[in-house]
Amino acid sequence: MRTGPRTFDLRRYPGFGFMAAVCLGLLYLPLFVLVFFSFNERRSVSNWSEFSLDWYAKALANDAIRQAATNSFLVATVATVAATILATAAALATTRVQRFRGLTASYAVINSPLMVPEIVTAVALLSFLSLIGLKLGVGNVMIAHTVFCVPFAYLPIRARLHGMDTTLEQAAADLYADPVQTFRHVTLPMLMPGIVAGAALAFVISLDDFIITQMVASAGATTLPVYIYSQVRMGVTPEVNAVSSMLLGVSIIIVSMAVLLRRKETA
Amino acid sequence: MAEQRDAANQATWIDRFSGLPEARRSLILLSPAFALIGAFGLAPLCLILVYSFLVPGTYGGVVWEFSLDAYIQFLFERDIFDGTLAFNASYLQIGARSVILAGLAVVGCLLIGFPTAYFIATRPPGLRNVLIFLVTVPFWTNLLVRTFSMMLILRDQGPLNSILMDIGITGQPLSLLYTDFAIGLGLLYSFLPFMVLPIYASLERIDFRLVEAAYDLYANRWKVLQRILIPLSLPGIAGGCFLVFIPSLSSFLAPDLLGGGKHLMISNLIAQQFGTARNWPFGAAAAMILLSLVLIALMIYARQTARRERKVV
Repeated sequence: MRTGPRTFDLRRYPGFGFMAAVCLGLLYLPLFVLVFFSFNERRSVSNWSEFSLDWYAKALANDAIRQAATNSFLVATVATVAATILATAAALATTRVQRFRGLTASYAVINSPLMVPEIVTAVALLSFLSLIGLKLGVGNVMIAHTVFCVPFAYLPIRARLHGMDTTLEQAAADLYADPVQTFRHVTLPMLMPGIVAGAALAFVISLDDFIITQMVASAGATTLPVYIYSQVRMGVTPEVNAVSSMLLGVSIIIVSMAVLLRRKETA
Repeated sequence: MAEQRDAANQATWIDRFSGLPEARRSLILLSPAFALIGAFGLAPLCLILVYSFLVPGTYGGVVWEFSLDAYIQFLFERDIFDGTLAFNASYLQIGARSVILAGLAVVGCLLIGFPTAYFIATRPPGLRNVLIFLVTVPFWTNLLVRTFSMMLILRDQGPLNSILMDIGITGQPLSLLYTDFAIGLGLLYSFLPFMVLPIYASLERIDFRLVEAAYDLYANRWKVLQRILIPLSLPGIAGGCFLVFIPSLSSFLAPDLLGGGKHLMISNLIAQQFGTARNWPFGAAAAMILLSLVLIALMIYARQTARRERKVV
């Protein structure tokens, strides 16, 4: 704001910049340490010796890790696709419509997975699946993930739809487009940024989940976070750091893409 | 021929759908999401509500017999010989620890989060976007990995202890890990972005001419903070406090990994009852208590927001 002589800056509070540095340091230093020691040549996560990619090679060659990674991506993909479709339909039903009875209740139902603590969802699903005897292995995990991915996909799609006016759709209808054509060629393309953002968030949330998966997954359905957890409990090796760093990298890339996409759109 | 009939059928199906009244169309579009969330989200919750009133089976699971024992067990221990009840504070302590640690996490997040949000809000727009991006990223990255990385920092051989020993603050490593301090720090670290982002959102909208006016009227920095900046960012502060308190209260990973499973919080108690302890009704009752606490917090928040909005209007 004021670029002149800095005698008295109205906005400045001494120490606030320091606190911001503390905040970012707290958020990022542990992650740096984690990634740093994944490149350690020695089998130690506290004494640095030499740069090496050995632990990454070991991790990538480890069958248990490959299986867990495959499961994680399979579950995340299925849950993302299913949740995004359900969320898009739900967003179309609850946005830009006349208020109908039960609209508020609909929001509550769709967002309910966000409100219930994860551990409660986890034990409830465990009880429920064992009561009805559903044993689909990875399928159980996919169902569980789809449920909590729906609200994460729903919110950005709804936000996007909320900001769209109906003039283009009306124009399409005036030009004799039938409802399917209007949806395919007008509504859907305009809605796409919201759908992509929603899908990205759903994917990241699925990839991150630990507690619910831990409770619901049977022996063959281990995902990466469940694998990492079991290793961390047994003792830390740079191999765990390497797997964790890779998972971290994937999440950060997807989130950055979603954020940049939204920024480009609002700019 | 058949294809044509299919196409015709499809057309009538869509025509019929778009010819329906809007409310009916909405209901049809909502039904898949409702069915899934109802069957695998809400029905399981109802089930554990029922389970919390049953008797535990010997090897896990439940016996279908009504009992209030699961709730009584929170406060009292039943003598195995004569069945008398004696007060037992250990579960109450777990509840109290959860609430206190979550409260401390809120205070810590507020002390770091408010100055950070203010600092970011007063930067030029380009830098502001970068900083907000940096705060947002951990919010979406794997909580298990983040908690694990905090574990590495706090270990006896970890970097924090080596720095403390190098500058001579301590002769031997402090046992930081597996303490209540570690859990509290873990909660603070896990949920800090939840405090910064809402406060930033409300500070960003503040009209700084108010601040200039205050200085013209001889207010000092502290008065400006107290009378202008804090009141105007109160919605963000309240939102941030709830957003930190709720996940902290129900946190599983911080007490499990950083507390070493010795200092339990409610979530660990629930997991334990469904795991090794094999007392599903007690675990279900604990889950119901946690769920009620969270819903009460959400309701208070929703009512406050509604009241504030009415005031503005």
